[in-house]
Amino acid sequence: MLSTKVFLKRCAMAAIVVASTAFAAGGDASGPAPSFTLTTLAGQPSGLSAYKGQVVMVNFWATWCGPCQQEMPLLDQMYKKYKPAGFTLIGVNVDKEAPPVKQLLERKPVSFPVLLDPANQVSKAYHVDEMPSSVIIDRKGQIRYIHRGYKPGDENDYQDRIRQLIRE
Amino acid sequence: MGRAQILLSGMVLGTVLLSSGCSIQPWVKPYERDRLADPIMAWDRDAISAAYLDHIRESREGSRGATGGAGGGCGCN
Amino acid sequence: MTQNHIFARAAVIAALLLVRSTSADVLPDDRADVFYSKYSGGGMDITGYSATARAKITENFAVEANYFIDKVSGASIDVLSQASQIKDERKQKSGTIEYLRDKTTYTASYTSSVERDYISDTASFSLSQDMFGDLTTVTLGFADTHNTVGENNGTANDPNVAWIGHALTRAYSGGVSQILTKNFIAGVNLQVITDAGYLANPYRSIRYLDPTNPKGYSLGNQVYPDTHTSTAVQVQGKYYLPYRAAVTALYRYYTDTWGVVGNTYELDYTHPIRNRWIFEGRVRYYKQSAASFYSDLFPYADSQNFVARDQNLAALDNTTVGAKVTYAFLPDGWKMFKRGTVTVDVSRIRFNYLDFRNIKYYGVPQYAPGTEPLYNFNANVFQVFVSVYF
Repeated sequence: MLSTKVFLKRCAMAAIVVASTAFAAGGDASGPAPSFTLTTLAGQPSGLSAYKGQVVMVNFWATWCGPCQQEMPLLDQMYKKYKPAGFTLIGVNVDKEAPPVKQLLERKPVSFPVLLDPANQVSKAYHVDEMPSSVIIDRKGQIRYIHRGYKPGDENDYQDRIRQLIRE
Repeated sequence: MGRAQILLSGMVLGTVLLSSGCSIQPWVKPYERDRLADPIMAWDRDAISAAYLDHIRESREGSRGATGGAGGGCGCN
Repeated sequence: MTQNHIFARAAVIAALLLVRSTSADVLPDDRADVFYSKYSGGGMDITGYSATARAKITENFAVEANYFIDKVSGASIDVLSQASQIKDERKQKSGTIEYLRDKTTYTASYTSSVERDYISDTASFSLSQDMFGDLTTVTLGFADTHNTVGENNGTANDPNVAWIGHALTRAYSGGVSQILTKNFIAGVNLQVITDAGYLANPYRSIRYLDPTNPKGYSLGNQVYPDTHTSTAVQVQGKYYLPYRAAVTALYRYYTDTWGVVGNTYELDYTHPIRNRWIFEGRVRYYKQSAASFYSDLFPYADSQNFVARDQNLAALDNTTVGAKVTYAFLPDGWKMFKRGTVTVDVSRIRFNYLDFRNIKYYGVPQYAPGTEPLYNFNANVFQVFVSVYF
């Protein structure tokens, strides 16, 4: 029988080696972006089709998600910067109820459109497997890049991709 | 000590199986974690208070160990 | 004279468990707490003051520091020879660093506890791994403690401490936490702790029947084994109730090489009101069997190799009822503060000893040694703390 110390050291190594797969924050993706229609906070219907021909970033966020809150102001800056060049950012909120979303946006407003997905239909359609997730779609409506999670500095990554797709 | 080793092996093996390409998909999606992300669902909202209560108990009881919890939360990254 | 040794040992182990409360995806928010506590029970009054602060240096790297002072006063039940007053102070400092990489959090911490007759230093390391779509969290930890044990042969106001021994403690822990549904998280923890060295409390004595003594009994020294290994397993679950509340249930089983078997049952209910208030109630029941070498009254001197009369090793049970209220005075933040709360937590614990007798009745003529009433007492625990989040 191994001494407990050696045994636990081996357990720890096994756990790290097997479970710690290299976590890719972003990956190239492909396929047509599923179309969707959701409502804004004001109750107006809107969807992906409204931005045909533009480079679109669909950002999935929630009021209860810390990193989502962190990136919002940066997404807003990015939206204002690239909008004239044919770029749109759609914030798809996955909260189950609207009041907390409204409260948050009143305190920290953003200029990009925010659509509500309380039934998670769009999240499912886009196979969201991390919060937050940002899906970048080209002018032809094809998904080109999915970024999972947010760490400060990721906005540079977003901007590189957006610039690349705007130039196409 | 043998029992503890077996228990730990079981735990590690279980999690190894879960993480290495089992056909089961995570059944709670990241966008469904609103309730789990609520602060009331944290194991210990106030670690300083939890540690103090543990301290009170361990000084007057013959037991010690295995308290606390990890995991849960929003699962954001 | 003080029973703070046990407090020191316990506090250090409890401090290690602070590392368990992290999820391996994002490091917790920056936070500072100022804490005051008061324990009154069994003739003892213990006041505690603490301050903790944690901050992220980068998104992946955080540090935390904690300072804790315990001040004990009173006459403990186990002070037999003279009803002299206890007065002592324990100071504890700890520092922790956390590093997050992908889905793994690595934590290292160091804690030092000093009182005039007990010094304890602990180094610990743990890692916490999120896996399976962040539904499962596995934690593994290891801690090493070195204790230096002394005995104050003077008085509370005029101490004379002799250092009498050392003890080494190793703790190995593992835990798995699993999200079962959108509303339900469960977990299991295992901790194996081994100690070696001087493990007794030098201020406690055994007693044995002695017909040559007018009291009918005489006191003697405790003799403890110089090793101790314990295993504890805890299972717990937390469930979200649809109207926004949470209920927690836990059970812990403890067993050790000294023959103590302990069972802990606890139930908690948490009820928030919007963004401002959180109310919590808890009930806990604990029962343990005595250590194999424990007795309140031995038949004669040197009747066994190992002898103890420390009430912590007696057969006992205790019941706790507690309530906690948190009020957010800054629910949505203000300038650099994200949130500010003040919390009050009160508990009442009833201790019942099943084979430890009340020293107040020793030598009272109507009670022959070994027939004195069993000891029991109530304790009140009060905590208040202010927390600010950055």
